[in-house]
Amino acid sequence: MSRVEDIEIELLLEALYRRYHYDFRHYSRASIKRRLRQALKQLDYPSFSALQDGVLHDPAVLPQLLDYLTVQVSEMFRDPTYWRALREKVIPHLRTYPSLKVWIAGCSGGEELYSFVILFREEGLEARTLFYATDINPEALASAGRGVYSLERIKAFTANHQEAGGKSSLSDYYSADYGNAVFDQSLRDRVVFSDHSLVTDAVFAEMQMISCRNVLIYFDRQFQDRATGLFRDALSRKGFLGLGSKESLRFSAHADAFSPFVPDEKIYQRRDA
Amino acid sequence: MTPQAIVMGASAGAVEALSAILPALPEDFALPVLIVVHVPPAQTNALVPLFEAKCRLPVREADDKEPVEGGTIYFAPADYHLLVEQDLTLGLSDDPPVLHSRPSIDVLFESAADAYGPGLTGVVLTGASSDGAAGLKAVADAGGVALVEDPDHAHVATMPHAALKACPSARSARLAELASILIAMGSR
Repeated sequence: MSRVEDIEIELLLEALYRRYHYDFRHYSRASIKRRLRQALKQLDYPSFSALQDGVLHDPAVLPQLLDYLTVQVSEMFRDPTYWRALREKVIPHLRTYPSLKVWIAGCSGGEELYSFVILFREEGLEARTLFYATDINPEALASAGRGVYSLERIKAFTANHQEAGGKSSLSDYYSADYGNAVFDQSLRDRVVFSDHSLVTDAVFAEMQMISCRNVLIYFDRQFQDRATGLFRDALSRKGFLGLGSKESLRFSAHADAFSPFVPDEKIYQRRDA
Repeated sequence: MTPQAIVMGASAGAVEALSAILPALPEDFALPVLIVVHVPPAQTNALVPLFEAKCRLPVREADDKEPVEGGTIYFAPADYHLLVEQDLTLGLSDDPPVLHSRPSIDVLFESAADAYGPGLTGVVLTGASSDGAAGLKAVADAGGVALVEDPDHAHVATMPHAALKACPSARSARLAELASILIAMGSR
């Protein structure tokens, strides 16, 4: 019955890829369809064909559409048990390295990035760590770089941080400004922000830890394999990979390259090559 | 159209309502049953062990990219939306809550309506929300069967009322009757 809609969506995704090299063709189609339907309504186009016309001919439409297609709202220290496991089980290993590289892949608005920097500061590892925060959406990267979150969200962030075994007070890291929490500039001293796609770009450094949570669930198997292949190649021997609580490497073509490290928290360790 | 799948949604009063339906499904029940219940965020959905103990069919928490199997009851994990893909695999998403809910009944029903079309049956049960109303309408619009728990006998009537309002063609029935309808639909 909705055949026409499916054709239109396919053509729109093809247009996005050919014109701008944003590849959503192998994203989970049901989620993409839902997001596109929202975009269609909010951006007020009569059909996906009309939206395709807009995105090809009006440069202002692309960033608007990307916001619907990519932006995730997360929380700082989301799933506190994950962060507790990092602190108690992963950090002791990372401590043995003289210098560290940590990659937050698909950093979106930066909530997870700041959680990492705060965790590493609390554990005395920040000064020897370089954090890479990457995303395909330039607007999301810019927002991660600002580190400004509505004060309404801070209560949940603070509760998560404490539950995650926080050794400081979250309020040490931000100042309140007109209903917003502005996170301290110094938290970004060791951060490199970069435009990077897990499905079209290559490995750019050797990492001791990669965290990529709730990104893979949006990919189909082919894209998941592309991304987990990148993680395999980017991780140093015995490096760590953290995924979202409902993600796993079970169906991945590269599952053999990793061993479960904290299985309940979806933390894996790179096997010896 | 041969029935292919059942989707169900429930909120406040869900355990009692589902207890009147799921344990009644026989061992040889052929259809997959996909369920969204509004539950608070937690690492594992507590409803899975609860119904595993009560049901003759296997009960599982839905896994991302898992192919849908007949004769299996799937619950959406807490804090994730559950969707059905065109190739009849399951998908999870952490898109923002819909009508304050994640998982959302509408998200499951609308994606399943796209995937199964007229082969789908949607069932909206008790709850203090309007989630499921738009979803049930999508099921009916795709040619599927729309069922609603009789609001006069539901633990909380808000959700059944909202579903009937959005989807007037839906049939409303008490829990025991809903169970019989589903059993007849899924017998091999």
